[in-house]
Amino acid sequence: MAIGMRHESERWLDRDAGPVVRPYALVRGRTRPPRAAPDLIDIVTAVGEPESDPFGIGPEHRRLLGLCRKPTAVADLASDTELPLGVVRVMLGDLRQRGLILVAGSARHDSSEEAVLRSVLDGLRAL
Amino acid sequence: MAFERSEPGAGLAAVPIVTKLLVAGGFGVGKTTLVGAISEVRPLSTEEDLSEVSVGIDDTTTVAHKRTTTVAMDFGRITFPSGVVLYLFGTPGQERFWFMWDELAFGALGAIVLVDTRRLTDSFSSVDYFEIRDTPFVVAANHFDGAPRYSQADIRDALDLDPDVPVLICDARRRESVKEVLIASVTHSLARHQSRASGLSRLGGI
Repeated sequence: MAIGMRHESERWLDRDAGPVVRPYALVRGRTRPPRAAPDLIDIVTAVGEPESDPFGIGPEHRRLLGLCRKPTAVADLASDTELPLGVVRVMLGDLRQRGLILVAGSARHDSSEEAVLRSVLDGLRAL
Repeated sequence: MAFERSEPGAGLAAVPIVTKLLVAGGFGVGKTTLVGAISEVRPLSTEEDLSEVSVGIDDTTTVAHKRTTTVAMDFGRITFPSGVVLYLFGTPGQERFWFMWDELAFGALGAIVLVDTRRLTDSFSSVDYFEIRDTPFVVAANHFDGAPRYSQADIRDALDLDPDVPVLICDARRRESVKEVLIASVTHSLARHQSRASGLSRLGGI
């Protein structure tokens, strides 16, 4: 487990130096999505195409939208885009507000938990 | 089936059943090694408010402006042929990132506390965390080359574990060994779930 800081004597070049635009600039300084934040393993599915909306939907939003054409977990979206989780969540909030994505929550503490546990157990045993 | 649709019509494409297990333990105990032994490891970063990191510190006058810090983490993903997807999240080892644990732990099937028998005290806080939150967990002692071997009973005593908490000895580098740890963890969670459910029905709750 490393913190995202390296030894000061190392020089950060190109990709290592990070994006020219700081991540939070992509979401105009917002740190909270407009609605309840999706969980790390909530599944996001794209359901629409953005209209011409130069002030709301940027290229990063479109990239995110492209990645969730196939249902994809929030953690995978953050990993694929190499953007911080908080930034991805805010952008997902924007997309959700515009009706461009649907977010499905994973089952929690309900009657299906036993079925999920059994199916994971079967899967692990067959590995 | 296992999905609570948070919005109508969310099933345009088949949405997989996803779930997660946590891998906790002290810094350098082999969490990433364990995850990597059984799944593809993917990087993940979060930027967190330093104001949240420093909760509990009274003096805020020295922090004139809001700053963020980057927490680098990684996670594993196993996709089973049935379509079920299991995510393995390693918890950040440093205590100052503890505020992230609640989010990681929310909705988790269970947890694995990985311990190094030479530094058992490093795992006290993880054990406490899961005991307090009533998250089912197993303890897996990662056997390091050259480290003295202890019995499961010794480890249980040293960590003052409840009798029902499974204790295993593992090698976090070996896939088969890690697989056994994961199976033990899910089996324990399932047993806990079933005993709770039968307890409730005896009380006439359901």
